Amino acid sequence: MSLETLQIIWFVLIAVLWIGYFVLEGFDFGVGVLLRVVAKDEAERRTVVTTLGPLWDGNEVWLLVAGGATFAAFPEWYATLFSGFYLALLLILVALIVRGVAFEYRSKRSSITWRNRWDWAIVISSFLPALLWGVAFANIAKGTPLELDGNGNSQFTGNLFTLLNPYGLLGGLVTLALFTTHGAVFLALKTDGEIRVRANKIAGQTGLVAAVLAVAFGLWTQLAYSQNAISWLPLVIAVVSWLGVLAANRLGREGWAFLCSAITQAGVVVFLFAALYPYVMPSNIDPAASLTITNASSTEYTLKVMTIVAVIMTPVVLAYQAWSYWVFRKRLSPSQIPDPHHGSLDLPHEVSV
Amino acid sequence: MNALDLARWQFGITTVYHFLFVPLTIGTSFLVAIMQTAWYRTGDEKWLKATKFFGKLLLINFAMGVVTGIVQEFQFGMAWSDYSRFVGDIFGAPLAVEGLASFFLESTFLGLWIFGWDRLPRGLHLATIWLAAFGTMLSAYFILAANSFMQHPTGYVYNKTSGRAELVDFGAVLFQNTTVATFFHVIASAFLVSGVMVVAVSLLVIMSGKSVEAMRKTVTVGVIATVVAGLAVMYTGDVQAKIMVQQQPMKMAAAEALYQTRENAPFSLITIGSLDGSEAYWALDIPGLTSFLATGNWTGPESTVQGINDLQTSSVEKWGEGNYAPYTPLIFWAFRGMIGLGALGILFSLFVWWRMRKGKLPSSTWLKRTAIVATLFPLFGISAGWVFTEMGRQPWIVFGLMKTSAGVSPTLSTTQVLISIITFTLLYGALAVIEVGLIIRAVKIGPPETVELVDADDTNSGQTLTFSY
Repeated sequence: MSLETLQIIWFVLIAVLWIGYFVLEGFDFGVGVLLRVVAKDEAERRTVVTTLGPLWDGNEVWLLVAGGATFAAFPEWYATLFSGFYLALLLILVALIVRGVAFEYRSKRSSITWRNRWDWAIVISSFLPALLWGVAFANIAKGTPLELDGNGNSQFTGNLFTLLNPYGLLGGLVTLALFTTHGAVFLALKTDGEIRVRANKIAGQTGLVAAVLAVAFGLWTQLAYSQNAISWLPLVIAVVSWLGVLAANRLGREGWAFLCSAITQAGVVVFLFAALYPYVMPSNIDPAASLTITNASSTEYTLKVMTIVAVIMTPVVLAYQAWSYWVFRKRLSPSQIPDPHHGSLDLPHEVSV
Repeated sequence: MNALDLARWQFGITTVYHFLFVPLTIGTSFLVAIMQTAWYRTGDEKWLKATKFFGKLLLINFAMGVVTGIVQEFQFGMAWSDYSRFVGDIFGAPLAVEGLASFFLESTFLGLWIFGWDRLPRGLHLATIWLAAFGTMLSAYFILAANSFMQHPTGYVYNKTSGRAELVDFGAVLFQNTTVATFFHVIASAFLVSGVMVVAVSLLVIMSGKSVEAMRKTVTVGVIATVVAGLAVMYTGDVQAKIMVQQQPMKMAAAEALYQTRENAPFSLITIGSLDGSEAYWALDIPGLTSFLATGNWTGPESTVQGINDLQTSSVEKWGEGNYAPYTPLIFWAFRGMIGLGALGILFSLFVWWRMRKGKLPSSTWLKRTAIVATLFPLFGISAGWVFTEMGRQPWIVFGLMKTSAGVSPTLSTTQVLISIITFTLLYGALAVIEVGLIIRAVKIGPPETVELVDADDTNSGQTLTFSY
């Protein structure tokens, strides 16, 4: 395989990793954002968090692999992007740290203060990345102020507020609305009782908001920033599939609603990557500083090695991750939570309320 | 302080912190897998109690390891972008493979283990903890391969046009002797920490009068783990030292504060010297031991160990003007801290075994107090080991190829890194308090009095969960 082919393969594979991340952790974020809205008492909240319990960590690994693969396959992209978006990524990191710990620790103690604090930690730390990933991707699509430094490397010359432009913020709202709806659709599929009813209703409402925002963002991107006409295709698929989400949700066909929602999340990633190609990080001030799959890539040998590893490992990973989803496929209802007010790390004198 | 210094402090703080949770997770996941296997094979409920109890400690710890690990992968690009550009081809590959081959494995199967008690048949459920444990170990291998490239770059060529190191032999990076030796040393130390933790925690539970019989069994598990791992740590450390003398002689010289090249070089147990380490006022030495550790010979020309001054001269000839010695007092004491704290951990486990032989139950207050802090001995020993190996490599970020000062992100402002270092430090501090609080609770509560076990039943979907968040 030639270097050019390998670069295209890795551009596609990194898109695939982000698809995995948006589809899977997307609903984690949505569930987190909705925690206090969709669940009204302890048993319900624990049910909601437990739907994510066995899955969230594996979902987050898609991000780590996307980061690692970008490092290996397109080091210049990784270096320029991560150093350039420093404070935005710091916010995301803080959120991801707090979020993971919050899931694991919230029900360990019965104290209401303890649980309320962790619940709000979950809400905020799900909200922030759901918004910020959209801001980040929108800015990449739009182009950022990159300049060549003395060593010929592309360097980001803006700051955090450069990213918070109207288009970037719209992108953030799009991912926030899409993930929130995705989470609601997931909860309607995975729970029973009141939560299921509420989640279904919420999905209908946020789904409409998401539709309006996403269409506006899609058209803006396509008309102002897309490098390719072909990106119309994933955009149309994402929108049509979202209509499927709204329809299926209204009809109470939860499996179909989730499938369509997953297709839309994937469609958004494909749309953004199709709009970018062959760039990975265009500069809006100096075309020579734009990073492409050619000038950002690592060597043919590295890409070859990585391709072999990916070809062998990816099917295995997909197989066991899919199996774990199968094992935990059943709906959960609040009645299944044993003694919801009890914390497994309560000391003997701490009587549960 | 400038952005470079702050970025180095940030890397040090976040990495040492992350690596408090990593060895405990690696070692404990295997020890829990062993306990569960013992239950699976014998059906003895004591083993099940032990599994559930140490499993709980494992999970409190695992969560912290996972979330602090994300920072590690991001901060190469965030704060060390020129380093990332320079070695991305080589360093990125093991990182990506680590994610694909091990992070998925450990996270997915640990999720299955935690929530799978009533969903999976017993044998399959047992397999999930073994796979998760195997995943943690695999992860260590890849990240240590990446780190070993920084200690001893291999399998690359330097491309003058692009100004980057380029990978030409991935096998050389994965399987060079530095990687293999480091891996076994790190894994052995992980088992040492976990062995001591199991002994200390079991002892505390026994002293509170709970689950005495189950905890007797786990004391044995912990003592065996400590002793086997302790011997392995010593052996692998010795192998590593001899490799280090070949590859980074300056680090060994600094570890001994050995300024003059000499035969029959002594190992000083304690040295009192000037603050910059260039002069020793008083020292308690074991003659020839440094020579033996470095070369395998006590005396004679074969036992010659290079001193800092000669190495500095030859480094300047090779790489140009500059200071090629690390900060000697820190390296000297970090090396001793690593060995001494690790040894204290081993002594603790052996002492507990001695006091509990033939069915005796220890009850002294000072032993209890020691047990409360015992896990920290080998744990901080590992931290000292990392400080030694990373600070001992300075001024290099990749030995002989790139200086640390050249690796930092050129766009990084002092304000940015100040914001992030303060954020991480406060957040990590708060989480440490919460984590330790939960661990203390778990130990105070002790193992469950009785263990209800619902066998996997695929038809009954409305049953009460045995575990929920």
